[in-house]
Amino acid sequence: MTDVAASNVASATPDTMAWDSRTRRVVMIYLPLACFILILLFPFYWMAITSFKPNAELLNYKEHNPFWITSPTLAHIKHLLFETSYPRWLKTTMLVAIGSTFLSLFASTLAAYAIERLRFRGSPYVGLGIYLAYLVPPSILFIPLATVIVQFGLFDSPLALILVYPTFLVPFCTWLLIGYFKSIPYELEECALVDGATRLQILWRITLPLAVPGLISAGIFSFTLSWNEFIYALAFIQSGANKTVPVAILTELVTGDVYQWGALMAGSLLGSLPVALFYSLFVDYYVSSLTGAVKE
Amino acid sequence: MSVTTFPSRGGAALRQPGRLARLFDYKPFLIVMCLAPAIGLLLVFLTYPLGLGIWLAFTDTTIGQRGIYIGLENFQYLLKDPLWWNAVFYSIFYTAVATFGKFALGFWLALLLNNHFPFKSLIRAIVLLPWIVPTVLSALAFWWIYDPQFSIISYLLVDVLHLRDSNVDFLGSPWPARFSLIAANIWRGIPFVAISLLAGLQTISPSLYEAAMLDGATSWQRFRYITFPMMMPILAIVMTFSIIFTFTDFQLVYAITRGGPVNSTHLLATLAFQRGIAGGELGEGAAIAVSMIPFLVFATLFSYFGLARRKWQQGEAND
Repeated sequence: MTDVAASNVASATPDTMAWDSRTRRVVMIYLPLACFILILLFPFYWMAITSFKPNAELLNYKEHNPFWITSPTLAHIKHLLFETSYPRWLKTTMLVAIGSTFLSLFASTLAAYAIERLRFRGSPYVGLGIYLAYLVPPSILFIPLATVIVQFGLFDSPLALILVYPTFLVPFCTWLLIGYFKSIPYELEECALVDGATRLQILWRITLPLAVPGLISAGIFSFTLSWNEFIYALAFIQSGANKTVPVAILTELVTGDVYQWGALMAGSLLGSLPVALFYSLFVDYYVSSLTGAVKE
Repeated sequence: MSVTTFPSRGGAALRQPGRLARLFDYKPFLIVMCLAPAIGLLLVFLTYPLGLGIWLAFTDTTIGQRGIYIGLENFQYLLKDPLWWNAVFYSIFYTAVATFGKFALGFWLALLLNNHFPFKSLIRAIVLLPWIVPTVLSALAFWWIYDPQFSIISYLLVDVLHLRDSNVDFLGSPWPARFSLIAANIWRGIPFVAISLLAGLQTISPSLYEAAMLDGATSWQRFRYITFPMMMPILAIVMTFSIIFTFTDFQLVYAITRGGPVNSTHLLATLAFQRGIAGGELGEGAAIAVSMIPFLVFATLFSYFGLARRKWQQGEAND
């Protein structure tokens, strides 16, 4: 629907314009767009090409063109997978991301259903309160949270991260799901009520199946945000084996004064791949959840 | 859900609900049960730490040692600390310049993407990529791009374009380091701004543009008097978010410079981490973190109400 609207704007705007010549269009649209894409993608290209370059080429720009690889190598990736705890970090990150995603989906589905469908006095205020929680940045919370985590005996455990990540996931997911629940006609639930279904049956059998796109959006978003989280993972995890990928690369792979750029970039590339893959499968959900959450 | 006692097929069997099922059908009970997980998590891991953080800021707690109440001493100390003032300055500077850059470029990109061209959805997907990838990992790529010896930008400028004689010293001295970090932050922020604003652009009705064109409005006038005012509400929200998360940024600075060279690029968050977690002075770290709150509240009110009021002045009754 939005695309139709956009193409209307686009076709209405340039076609009737006096300056709608081909060159003008190239200069005004394609050229800047190409520059944007070039700049936005270049760090990834550079990351990828560095991961497959042998060290000799990596540090010698005089004899080798730095923008290309003459003899690609898998040495950096091999080093990463077999001589460091990288697979273990990947596993921990995956565990934390999946755990916190499910926990926040569970909590926010119920909360969104209560706020949007079980309407009670003060439900808008509860919604607002949860929304405000999203505006509290982790940078303010990590020091006192560290002491809370120690009090609970969860320091250095991935479980701490699974429990803490919902603080920024739940507000986001709840608002996303409230929006989705709103779009489901209330009459469907009334019919089920008349037929004698309980509220929980309605949620489970009618509302949730209809809200699957919303659940997918909230899920992939939560997964990405937990995968990318850094400051809590840095502050709450001490031992090398329990670290998540972003923290481990920065604290375990950056050693000494000579940086192993090949291994660092290979680690970054591998660490980005899961979310990038996920993203390529669900692009439309990402765009709709991003824009939907902003519009709410 | 599994406790419901129905044979679960169609409406005919739904006659005799068990006591537990009836309890779950009692609305106040159900509301409490539904809100409990979310509210519980937020209270324990968000509200409580927030209060605890404010309390810690007034104590001399260190790691492994319970502190005692020392009043405003932490804050008095910070006010005399040039490093704190430096971090305040850089946090504000970083937020202002990066937000301006992100919104100028992001708005431009959104306007470009709002045109009609082939492979549009593919390009839109590519544009969002910097925002999807973990910040620390792309920050590492920037660190490598900013390398003093093997920077690819230096290579381009010196060996290919011959614009300079020596390599650019990106991270070695204060001001270049500050701007290098801002550039990396803008790079990461553009996609979010562009895609959010694009969604806003697509909700503007084409008939407004048609009416303006019948009245003979130029393309600049159409942008100034239709696009811009119509985008105000969404701009206000996106900018509020962007300011909050730029001001409290941590990852980028921690990954690329860790506050160096000579502490010139510390943001308040990285300074709080350095003092609070790495240095063990929890009380002082908490005080630095708490000192962010007034700035955040001010920035939020400024960006949100500043932009929202302009919308009201222009007579936009509805969003």
